[in-house]
Amino acid sequence: MTTPPPAEPGGPAALTRFDRAERVAHWVTAGLVVTLAATGAALSSGTLMALVGRRRAVELVHLAAGLALPLPVLVGLAGRGLRADLGRLNRWSSDDVAWLRAALHAAAERRRRHAGLVVGKFNAGQKLNAAFTAGAGLVMLGTGVIMYWFHPWPLAWRSGATTTHDWLALAVVVVAAGHVRFALRDPEALRSMRTGRIGRDWAARHAPGWLAEQPRPGEAATAQPAAAEPAAAEP
Amino acid sequence: MAGPSTPQTPPAGVGGAGPAGDRGRPVGRRVVLGMLGLGAAGVVAGRRIGDGVAAVARPLTSRAPAGLASLVPGGDGFRIYTVTDGFPADDPATWRLTVDGLVATPATYTLADLQAMPRTRLVRDFQCVTGWRVPGVAWEGVTLQALIDRSSPHPAATAVRFESFDGTYTESLTLAQAARPDVIVADRMQGRPLSDEHGGPARLYVAPMYGYKSCKWLSRITLTPRVEPGYWETEGNYDVDAWVGASNGRDDPATG
Repeated sequence: MTTPPPAEPGGPAALTRFDRAERVAHWVTAGLVVTLAATGAALSSGTLMALVGRRRAVELVHLAAGLALPLPVLVGLAGRGLRADLGRLNRWSSDDVAWLRAALHAAAERRRRHAGLVVGKFNAGQKLNAAFTAGAGLVMLGTGVIMYWFHPWPLAWRSGATTTHDWLALAVVVVAAGHVRFALRDPEALRSMRTGRIGRDWAARHAPGWLAEQPRPGEAATAQPAAAEPAAAEP
Repeated sequence: MAGPSTPQTPPAGVGGAGPAGDRGRPVGRRVVLGMLGLGAAGVVAGRRIGDGVAAVARPLTSRAPAGLASLVPGGDGFRIYTVTDGFPADDPATWRLTVDGLVATPATYTLADLQAMPRTRLVRDFQCVTGWRVPGVAWEGVTLQALIDRSSPHPAATAVRFESFDGTYTESLTLAQAARPDVIVADRMQGRPLSDEHGGPARLYVAPMYGYKSCKWLSRITLTPRVEPGYWETEGNYDVDAWVGASNGRDDPATG
């Protein structure tokens, strides 16, 4: 059971932001991505290859981590929380589009434009990050398969797969670094990926549309948050 | 999944953003599909794009420190392979190349010996079987045939085995392949002495074949009764006859 003791950050009225399946999927995926970045850097940089050597072993670790990359999310789909959150990440309201446009502006103007927009459990930046990460993961997997099992593919495709894999890897590292930076700037949000729980104050600041879906504190004792979520759509 | 929804769609409980009834459009899925399309385009057209980027970047990266250039995709073009711990550097002054096996007169060469022999210069691509390619690399050294001829192979010799002083990597060619004028023992690359990472003091360069035939850190050439499959041909599913564009599953023309 993931129900925290009352001393848990966020207090007894805290919300369940991520269930256990989502948290496990997140951290296993994170470990795989770090492994892929480290071994991939050694495979593509001569300087690092000189330090590490053993190309065959590094290749096999990179291959295994790459093939395993989709598994945590696929297994996590068995849980209701991840399925519901993937649905949320997929769907963009008109407010999300406006939010993302506003995010391109300087801080003061951004705040002005963000006022009045309804942000649900995930803001448009998080939705874009999720879509990019999913698409990039699939493209990295496909190009990696062409590079490793090269026999069926024309030589030009093997070259194209290598080029695509290299440049997309750089983009993924940059985007993942941004993801980590945002997490480090918001310790409560980061903690929620460890404990699953987040305070109502946080939700009011960052995800008011999601907070409005939640049962009120008085009801929380009787309703199971995960079960209540899909039914509570009225803002 | 459901198709694009209209503002009249009843609340479905996902998103929770926007006015009631705005379930939102599946932008996430479209982004993923768009990236898959771009990825496929990159596979099909990426070679030309990659070559273009490398050509633009080369004047910049050739002046940058070698380590820096190698961190940029397509920086100096080469990916450095070593199958043991690090690079097995050898002092060019004490390095020796042995020719032995089924020969009448085994021989040992210093780097100075190679440099005193008739020299061959080739400007040819370096093509890896996995796809990466460095166009127009200048190689300089002596033909393999010259070294073999000097030791007078025994009639029973039909193949040549190459050993790296890394202690692990081996490669091989048939005697006929070894006699080609575009198969050389190279001690200079791009106008400079061959560096440690590229297999110095000297390596094999088999121009018509994929890179894994071009044994780096060469220290021994042995005439053998038959072809002995090399490192990747034993470790992985690589062809022993590694003609670029005519092996390893394909018989289409070489890139470039």
